[in-house]
Formats: sequence, structure tokens, C-alpha cells
Amino acid sequence: MLNIAQSADEAVSVITEGSTVLIGGFGTAGQPIELIDALRRHGAGNLTVVNNNAGNGDVGLAALLGAGLVTRIICSFPRQVDSYIFDELYRSGKIELEVVPQGTLAERIRAGGAGIAGFYTRTSAGTPLAVGKESRVFEGKEYVLELPIRGDFALVKAHRSDGMGNLVYRKTARNFGPIMAAAANASIVQVSEIVETGALDPEIIVTPCIYVDTVVQIDADATHGKARA
Amino acid sequence: MSFHTVENLDAAPLDRDAMAKLVAQDIPANSFVNLGIGQPTKVSDFLSSDSGVILHTENGMLGMGPQAVGDAIDLDLINAGKIPVTELPGTSYFHHADSFAMMRGGHLDVCVMGAFQVSAKGDLANWSTGGDDAIPAVGGAMDLAVGAKDVYTMMTLFAKDGSSKLVPECTYPLTGLGCVSRIYTDVATFILENGAVYVRETFSVSLEELRSRVPVELLTYP
Repeated sequence: MLNIAQSADEAVSVITEGSTVLIGGFGTAGQPIELIDALRRHGAGNLTVVNNNAGNGDVGLAALLGAGLVTRIICSFPRQVDSYIFDELYRSGKIELEVVPQGTLAERIRAGGAGIAGFYTRTSAGTPLAVGKESRVFEGKEYVLELPIRGDFALVKAHRSDGMGNLVYRKTARNFGPIMAAAANASIVQVSEIVETGALDPEIIVTPCIYVDTVVQIDADATHGKARA
Repeated sequence: MSFHTVENLDAAPLDRDAMAKLVAQDIPANSFVNLGIGQPTKVSDFLSSDSGVILHTENGMLGMGPQAVGDAIDLDLINAGKIPVTELPGTSYFHHADSFAMMRGGHLDVCVMGAFQVSAKGDLANWSTGGDDAIPAVGGAMDLAVGAKDVYTMMTLFAKDGSSKLVPECTYPLTGLGCVSRIYTDVATFILENGAVYVRETFSVSLEELRSRVPVELLTYP
């Protein structure tokens, strides 16, 4: 049964100290900034965060890191022109970093939601990122064993939800949303609009409601987004 | 495709636009292509509209259009370099796992990436200089290296200290093994085939000068 929260703060209030939190978004596209801000106010610490990046500027994920609530981050591309909060934490040894190739990160999350115990990929074979990992040769090529990633919680931004939690996304803001929603014990989704159940064409639903626990409507016009209907 | 090695002694070294144009001309019509962040992005400026090339961007889009300007800027519609872009007729969106499955599954014909070093065997190093102070960040480079059928790289041939970036063995941390098939540089283009390096064309330098400065056996086409 879908929980429809009245505010971002209410939606994230279940997140506990020490949790692994999958956070959607690629850069700021699809980043659930209001949920992340609410998590920062909520204050649960010692978090492990999984995101493609490690925050931009001093808002959203960067602010969560800046508040000292994250002790470990798993991502593919932490270093960016405006990742100065992460850079400082990393260089001063205040955050642990696991760098994962982007496609491997996505597939590990997908595997986490799909009950796959591990998979072999050619990505990273023979490189420093494969050191210490089991590898195996298939048809003459080396593959590296990668293990799934699951989250205690996922924070995801989608475009619309219906009353059951079926989701559609908007353009490239979809990115990690569908796989993260599936790979978390509890997924918390912010949407620009909640529509009546039945109002979304079943053929275009991207994330079926079975993967969604909580939704909260955050009016896109009132926030950072330029999302148009 | 058959090649003839050409020495263009009177030509100027290629600037970034000229390199991008050369890459664009070599991309087969109607192929599915991923252009890496930075210099390779420029290649799209030189793809003719009737080439039929369909651009993939790994954050989850096929059929990427030109960079968005003015009112067309939509923060939900960006490329892998996080630059706002546009849709074309026939664009599709998909999530990240599908996007990289597309790549890893061998469905992309060509990807173009920058490089720090390429070895004679086609090994690629382009994600880390391995410095003590460097923050490791790999993004999709390793997935592209193993996934695309052809990997083209763009770089200047010589580092600031004059050393060749086409090397017998990469000294920087590897991105992928034996994956590079073509190297486009400011002073020469190379084709890598069956473990050998062929010079395809030079710009402003002679074969003799190239051979004296590049510590790799350079073959030529007749």
C-alpha cells in the first residue's frame, strides 16, 4: 500500500542512522533535491550513499556531504568542476570512496533489485579497478565478477505518480530512478504531480508500483526545476 | 576500407575543429555513435544531417540533437557532459542499466574518446593520471572501451614535455585493453590493426620525423 507523504520531511523521517541510501540523479537531472535536503534536516548520520556523482556546488547531495552525514560514497564520477565539498572531505580523509565504472554501477544496482547474486562483465578487466576482484575467462576474454548493490532506502525523483505509485519519468531525468527504486527495501519518490489511479497509460509506466513505498508531491514550479508538463 | 599513407608536409597541424571534422568524416553512415565528454563532443558539429548517424548519450538517450540554447534549455534533458541538449524526431529515453547494456552488449558502432595514452596494442589510458593527489573518477569510459565495436581516440600526439602519447605500453592506469582502433592527433592519424600501428596521414611532419619521436614501430600503407 502506497504511503503518500505530505512533505519531504515526513517522507524521509523513516531513514535511520547507518543506512545505505541510493540517491537518483545524474548531475542535477533527476536528483531528488528536496528529499536530500529533508534528509539533511532529518540528520541521520553515518550514511553510505550510492549516486553517480558526489555532489555539485553546495546544494542537494553536496550539502548532505557537507553536513558530515555521509561516511562512505559509491559512485562513478566524483570529481567535477564544482565538486569542491566532496574534494575537501576526500582529501582530508573524512569520506570513504568506492569508484565503480558507470555501467557496472548501474548493473550492480539492477542486479540488487533483480535477485542476481553477481555477474561477470568485461568492463574494467585488466585495469586497476579490477584489482582484488575475482575474474574468469569466457570464450577467450577476461570478465570481472561484480556483486549487487542494494539499499535500505532509495531517494528518487520521477515526473508523475498515480495513486498506487506507478511512475513515469521525464527525459534524461529518468537515469538511475527505475533501478534504484527496485533495489531498495523502501523507496521514497518525489514527483511533480500525483494523478488519479488510471490516469497514466499502462503502456507507458516505467516503474510499476510494486517498487514504490512512499511518494511526495513537490511542485516543480516552486523549486529548482524547469520541468514542464 | 583500404588506405594509402599520405604525408602532408605543407599542411598545418590540425586544430581541434579540424580533428573533429576528420573524425566525423570517418564515421560510417547510419551508425550508432557515442561521443565522449570534452573534445569528442565537437565531432557532432561536423556530422552532416544526411549521415544518418544516431547519437547515444550514456545517461539514457538515443537520437540526441544539438546543444540547447535559449528557451529550449530544459534541465531534465542533458548529455553525459551535463550540457543541455535537444531531442530529434525518433529520440528515445531509457534508464542507466539499459543504456550501458546497449553499450556493453556491442550495439554501439563507434565511440570517440579523449586519451592520455594509447599503446601500440590499442590499450587505452584516459581516466586517471595516477597522481597521488588525483581523485579517481572513471564515469563510463571503461564501459565504452569494452562495449563499442570501434573505439576512436582524439589527442595531441605529444605531451607538453615532448614525449609521445602513442607508446609501447601505457604508464597511466588503464581504461581498457586492446580496444582502440583509430587514433586522431594534431600531427598524424593512425589505424591499429592486428597488433600493428599504421600511419594513415601526417600533417606538418614527415614519416621520418614521426618515427624518430614515436617509440613504436610505425607501418605504412602502400
